[in-house]
Amino acid sequence: MTAGGLKTRSPRLGESAPRPDGIPKVLGEFAFGNDLWADGMLWGKTLRAPHPSARIVSVDIGPALAIDGVAAVLTAADVAGKKTYGLETPDQPVFASEVVRYMGEPIAVVAADHPETARRAVAAIEVVYELTTPLVDADLAAEGTPIHPDGNVFRHLVIRHGDPTVQGEVIVEGTYEVGMQDQAFMGPESGLAIPDDDGGVELFISTQFLHVDRDQTAACLGLAPEKVRATVAGTGGAFGGREDICLQVHVCMLALHTGRPVKMLYSREESFLGHVHRHPAKLWYRHHAKRDGTLVNVEAKLVFDGGAYASTSSAVLANASCFAGGPYLIPNAFIDGWAVRTNNPPCGAMRGFGAVQTCFAHEAQMDKLAAALGMDAVELRLRNVLKTGDAILTGQVLTGAVPVEEVIRACVESPLPPKATGAMLERPGGAGRTADAHHVRRGVGFAVGFKNLMFSEGFDDYSTARVRLQDGVATVHCACAEVGQGFVTLVQQIAREVLNVDDVIVAPADTSVGSAGSTSASRQTWMSGGAVEGACRMVSEQMERNPGASYYEATFEHHHAPTEQLDENGQGNAHVSFAFVAHRAVVDVDVELGLVKVIEVATAQDVGRVLNPLQALGQIEGGIAQGVGLAVMEEMLVIDGVVRNANFTDYLIPTTLDMPNVLVASLIEQPEPGAPFGAKGIGEPPTISSTAAVAAAIRDATGAPVIRVPVRPEHLVFAADLVS
Amino acid sequence: MIAAAPLSLADALRAIADDPFATVIAGGTDLMVQINAGRRPVTSLVSLRNVAELKGWSTESGNLRIGAGCSYSELERPDFAAIMPALAQAARTVGSPQIRNAGTIGGNLATASPAGDTLPVLVALDAQLEIASSSATRSIAISDFLVGPKQTDLRQGELIVAISVPVLRGAQEFLKVGTRNAMVISVASVAVLADLDAQGVRIGLGTVGPTVLRGARAEAWTRSNIDWDSNRVVGNLDEFVALVRSDSHPIDDHRSTKRYRSHAIGICARRALQRVFP
Amino acid sequence: MTDSYSPHPAYRLMVNGEPHDVSDAWIGESLLHVLRERLELPGAKSACEQGECGSCSVLVDGVLVCACLVAAVTVADADIRTVESCGSSQSLSVVQQAFVDAGAVQCGFCTPGLIMAVQDLIDRGIQLPHASPFDELATREALSGNLCRCTGYGRVLDAVARAVEASR
Repeated sequence: MTAGGLKTRSPRLGESAPRPDGIPKVLGEFAFGNDLWADGMLWGKTLRAPHPSARIVSVDIGPALAIDGVAAVLTAADVAGKKTYGLETPDQPVFASEVVRYMGEPIAVVAADHPETARRAVAAIEVVYELTTPLVDADLAAEGTPIHPDGNVFRHLVIRHGDPTVQGEVIVEGTYEVGMQDQAFMGPESGLAIPDDDGGVELFISTQFLHVDRDQTAACLGLAPEKVRATVAGTGGAFGGREDICLQVHVCMLALHTGRPVKMLYSREESFLGHVHRHPAKLWYRHHAKRDGTLVNVEAKLVFDGGAYASTSSAVLANASCFAGGPYLIPNAFIDGWAVRTNNPPCGAMRGFGAVQTCFAHEAQMDKLAAALGMDAVELRLRNVLKTGDAILTGQVLTGAVPVEEVIRACVESPLPPKATGAMLERPGGAGRTADAHHVRRGVGFAVGFKNLMFSEGFDDYSTARVRLQDGVATVHCACAEVGQGFVTLVQQIAREVLNVDDVIVAPADTSVGSAGSTSASRQTWMSGGAVEGACRMVSEQMERNPGASYYEATFEHHHAPTEQLDENGQGNAHVSFAFVAHRAVVDVDVELGLVKVIEVATAQDVGRVLNPLQALGQIEGGIAQGVGLAVMEEMLVIDGVVRNANFTDYLIPTTLDMPNVLVASLIEQPEPGAPFGAKGIGEPPTISSTAAVAAAIRDATGAPVIRVPVRPEHLVFAADLVS
Repeated sequence: MIAAAPLSLADALRAIADDPFATVIAGGTDLMVQINAGRRPVTSLVSLRNVAELKGWSTESGNLRIGAGCSYSELERPDFAAIMPALAQAARTVGSPQIRNAGTIGGNLATASPAGDTLPVLVALDAQLEIASSSATRSIAISDFLVGPKQTDLRQGELIVAISVPVLRGAQEFLKVGTRNAMVISVASVAVLADLDAQGVRIGLGTVGPTVLRGARAEAWTRSNIDWDSNRVVGNLDEFVALVRSDSHPIDDHRSTKRYRSHAIGICARRALQRVFP
Repeated sequence: MTDSYSPHPAYRLMVNGEPHDVSDAWIGESLLHVLRERLELPGAKSACEQGECGSCSVLVDGVLVCACLVAAVTVADADIRTVESCGSSQSLSVVQQAFVDAGAVQCGFCTPGLIMAVQDLIDRGIQLPHASPFDELATREALSGNLCRCTGYGRVLDAVARAVEASR
């Protein structure tokens, strides 16, 4: 980078460094998994079960194999290694062979010379199903006939905190529901597998969890892990949806079987059917408070529908339960958490990871409690905020920064947006021209949330980085999956800062270096940022000890402080750190038609330290967009186990005309002890309480109870009995 | 012939007469979705993209003639909107800008979805469709053309050439309910067009029946409940809303419910009428 | 492919001013597929194949369309422009530079489509009936067919404002 003939200093930490992949991305030159190509490459395609629950009577691949151009058709019988996989419990078959447990479950894969040939071959496979009645009601799952040898309960987690029998002077009760949200990342699943001469396979894969992809794939292929060499291919978003494997084993099987490179890429429909979703949840709450608003007890029953296979249901439920009360001091609580198996689509990780669902419910309860107390809803929250030194529901005492009061105050004190300008397009209904100005009522809602950073409950989710410094150029090698969040930018900033160099090369993320863990749980800035920092500091020390060396190289494994399992009462120091956030939403509602336009979301967030202001803003705006989407439009519609909207025609995500302006009232910078550079992860908090804030604003505008998200027009119109 | 891009209507008609299995493609915005998904086998294509006779629109003696190949974007433009504002408003709600650049009004008719966005306006206007084959031309009223959900009277070897509608004196409104502010399929839509010279109102109802419907009972109400000297509604609008609902026959599906659609169509029709007769 | 039910027309596409002969293609192939898989022009992205996301936006005869909804064979000899025509690493277009500077790029999958849509918006800008240099609402409507899942559009709109300003 030059200016006026002088070399300029490259941006360090705290500055808005530009993304190193920004230029190839704007040029269309950046290679996503979908863009990969190899000589002699075949196209892979998956046959999926069209039923949510069935016995497979027979599978005849003969007609598919008979089609010219078809190189392979593989089924469960061809799985050489483990027949099942799973992030927490290996309960999910690579291919369904006897039983179909969800709509879209893979039955077979085909490799062919053209995508259209592959599609015809998939259609030619003859499967005879004997349909069985799907188990689709999560409330009935635990007691129902098991639909899997592991049973129907992924986890039953009870938190008993203090004395849960304590009664409050004022009690409010409510039942809430959250629909099934999808990550809907823009780049569908894709991967390219190239067979190696040594019997192994090279896998280029769009992913967020490279080493565990590698380990799970190798196990199912019956290969030693080192025989599967995996590289992160350009990844078009993730948001949790790429934490589990999907086509990884399939594409490698096809490559090994045919001896040719095979590329698989999912259509949008397959993407919706092929990855896990945010858990739909039913949430019952009873809040107890003193007359002055002090919370004394929270009781809750949480039922999370995990769908057909375990994925990360157990950890999602732990988060939902641990943070079920919100960022408030709650001396007594009883949380009865269930994650259960059904014949609905499998659910797992999505941004916010369990905290989103309970936040919607606990914040609705706080508003309801404020109303019952005749108290201002923000005042009620301020009266009960968690502070450093307080214990959360698991008994864990908060030792780090806990700026709950600060995020609340900054958020509510920010100026409200002006009245609508009068353009029809800006009103609820948008381009449909449904609302005149006098049909619109404005509402303001507020919500606060928190969640853990990093993996919890004793999991050592370390990260590894290798740094080499030669001729004034630092090369950083870390397997952290760049999925859009900007870790590649941060790598450069950290290396420049610590090594005082300008030129930093980010090497491809692959399995020739140790694991970096998953790009999830708001953990990579802390974990892989810490690994890069550690390796850079080791290099610095080498330079001090041995100033004249031709190069320096160091590898550092960064572990966070150890955490504990939860005990039988759900108590324990299970989490590493926490981040807190507040959102205030302003909505305009066409009450008669039940249509909502979100006008603005203001936020204040606990970030520890801002390492890149522009990227921080991008995470906040993008995370809020997903929260707004869940509040007003996003839901996988699953009826009797059948997905009805596996496409962008009917799974709606916010467009430019739906997404409001975001007002960042404040980023609270209280350096977090133990965090590299004092920085907390910032990816998830924007999604946690934004949904709840929008729901609250809709309640404010309409008087409707809004006990379910996403809010549908018919719910608003009829639930509030506002029919004219 | 496996792919033809005729420049004239005659050539296009000959091409589809010669190849009864040919797939006709205009804007492609519905057809290609089917093809991409493998739901539509294709052995040959006849593209209408370059057929001169299908392009453009014109007005003559109180009639507007719209070439079937007119894109939604063309209908959105101010010159067209000045003549037929409801159709311009409807066109603006179709899909995305990219879809509106490609999709055609002829395609909207041929696809014949009950949620087709321009159809309520065309139904309200009693649009006449010019249809041609290599051997004949015919004219058909839109209500006879739309025979069911995604079913039309278009026969083998025929193309929609143009749509003719009367140019009316009076205000017009098109309203569409969807669950997103742009790029969304209609949950319910309504076109309300004043016809001051005939002292009547024309009403088309979308997504509330197997085809786009005419609001006949509601139209009848307007004849006697609007003061045609002052152009003001004098009747009880609740009656109008009830009649709009009785003119519609919505169903439950994954996009909405029968009850909401019935509710919304009434609200939208009332609002439209109030805008047309403020 | 040798399937007898799949005719393979031969045709020529004019992409970014260069002729490309296409042969042995299946007749139903979209322009998006042909660009990406046959012509080594992967800039337009395939994210939905039903015109609902705008990631594959290209210009055909100067008109912004979704390449996934264009049958490639029907645009033989038309003037096709893709993101590959917009700039180079030595010389980004004004729009591309604005996206980089504004932080409008995250995962980048929607970015090529957005670059094309914003370029089209600016190129047509003089025809827009909006006097102000950057009309946010008009911009939002013009970009409502380009879904982005990462940014929430805030920095994208900022990039448009910067590009409009730089183009004046």
